Amino acid sequence: MYLQIRKGVISFCLLLIATSLVAQDKYFTKSGSINFVSKGVIETITASHRSVTCVLDAKTGAIQFAVLMKGFEFKKALMQEHFNENYVESDKYPKAEFRGQIANNGDIAYTKDGTYNAHVKGKLTLHGQTKDVEADGKITVKSGKLMLTSKFNILMSEYDIDIPGPVQQNMSDDITINVNCTLEPLAG
Amino acid sequence: MTKITQILLTTFSLIVAGSSLYAQDEDLLKLVKDSSNKQKQWSTGAFKSTRVINGQSMELLGKGVLDVRILHRFGLLSNGADNFFGLDEASMRMGFDYGLTDNLTIGVGRSTLNKELDAFGKFRLLRQSDDGLPFSLVWVSGITVHTMKWADTSRKNYFSSRVGYYHEIIIGRKFSNAFSLQLSPIMVHRNLVTNADDENNTFALGIGARLKLSKRTAFVVDYHPILAGREPGTKDPLSVGFDIETGGHVFQLHFSNSTGMNEKAFLTGTTDDFWKGDIRFGFNLSRVFQIRKRK
Repeated sequence: MYLQIRKGVISFCLLLIATSLVAQDKYFTKSGSINFVSKGVIETITASHRSVTCVLDAKTGAIQFAVLMKGFEFKKALMQEHFNENYVESDKYPKAEFRGQIANNGDIAYTKDGTYNAHVKGKLTLHGQTKDVEADGKITVKSGKLMLTSKFNILMSEYDIDIPGPVQQNMSDDITINVNCTLEPLAG
Repeated sequence: MTKITQILLTTFSLIVAGSSLYAQDEDLLKLVKDSSNKQKQWSTGAFKSTRVINGQSMELLGKGVLDVRILHRFGLLSNGADNFFGLDEASMRMGFDYGLTDNLTIGVGRSTLNKELDAFGKFRLLRQSDDGLPFSLVWVSGITVHTMKWADTSRKNYFSSRVGYYHEIIIGRKFSNAFSLQLSPIMVHRNLVTNADDENNTFALGIGARLKLSKRTAFVVDYHPILAGREPGTKDPLSVGFDIETGGHVFQLHFSNSTGMNEKAFLTGTTDDFWKGDIRFGFNLSRVFQIRKRK
């Protein structure tokens, strides 16, 4: 009986160790960057964000991003105000989030330097709307850090962001999003 | 006994393992949430324009933004169809404002009324933010110089007699996406007044409010009750109107009892009584240009 209890205790301890090991497989950043490009007929509008939060769990391949909408910086001050006031309504929907999964997580050797292709599937929540998004990207492992890059497109109309008539020529419904984040190990 | 202990331990272990697995695809962002997003979330767009209607609003221009402003005030609506409800006569101010920094705007303008030049500086001392201060504090000081020929050339006329000043503090708050309110105590000083016993200093309290009607239109009220030093025969300026925004333009269409388009002019020269129906149509047209890079 004692032997069995001991066995149980040992397996329990092992599990605890395993859980703590899992925690060390997480990577994060709070200063990732995202920029987006809208190529309208008349003008190209770009905005960038340098305080993107991203957490990646190497064990499970789960990957999540969060950005505060007000953090997007435009070249024109008024454009930035309109973006927040009229388009994404930042007071109502302050944050955009992506929660997804690296579909081919098994192909990525997080402990070995190199560049790996990653296919990510997940849900993007923006302007109160949640939609499925798929994107291809690259993960570069270098001395314990992960560099993530990705480029994908979304349609503003899918997120209930409409372009009013007078500026239809200045904006594109199709927005290209570029992601560029360097993740560090998250201390468990 | 042995069996039970074993079962208990196994289930417990499974629960621990299970919950830890579950946590992994639950909310990774929570792990770093606390200290993230340190940047200030400024409250923006309390008013569509840097003016409520006549008076300065709590808004400033962004750095490197030039705002070209064309203002018109027409004749009294009560002039009737013969005068096309006042539209036959127009008084005008053309102005240029520029954002030196995000917190400092300067501007110049010229009004046809009294052929008056004006210039101002506007500085934001405190700024409302989503997670910090609940209001903004803005300071405005300006100077006006009229360039009319002297009415009485027989006496010695000084340049300083053409000059007036105003100083104003704006305390404003964007209460919600739809509603903003500001109070702005203001003092106007005129070096020369019409009669010997007229006051040189006029004090008023500006009250400005905005109610958003849709994403791009808003209803605005601009009221300046005069508290002390009223120029004889003048009334409290009151304007109500609509802000309409299209891209880089803001149109402010309004009804008002005042014709003056700088602080000195509308606070010491509004002779019509809004409540007796002495109302004029007017508009402010604002077009902004980003002429310098922001960073």
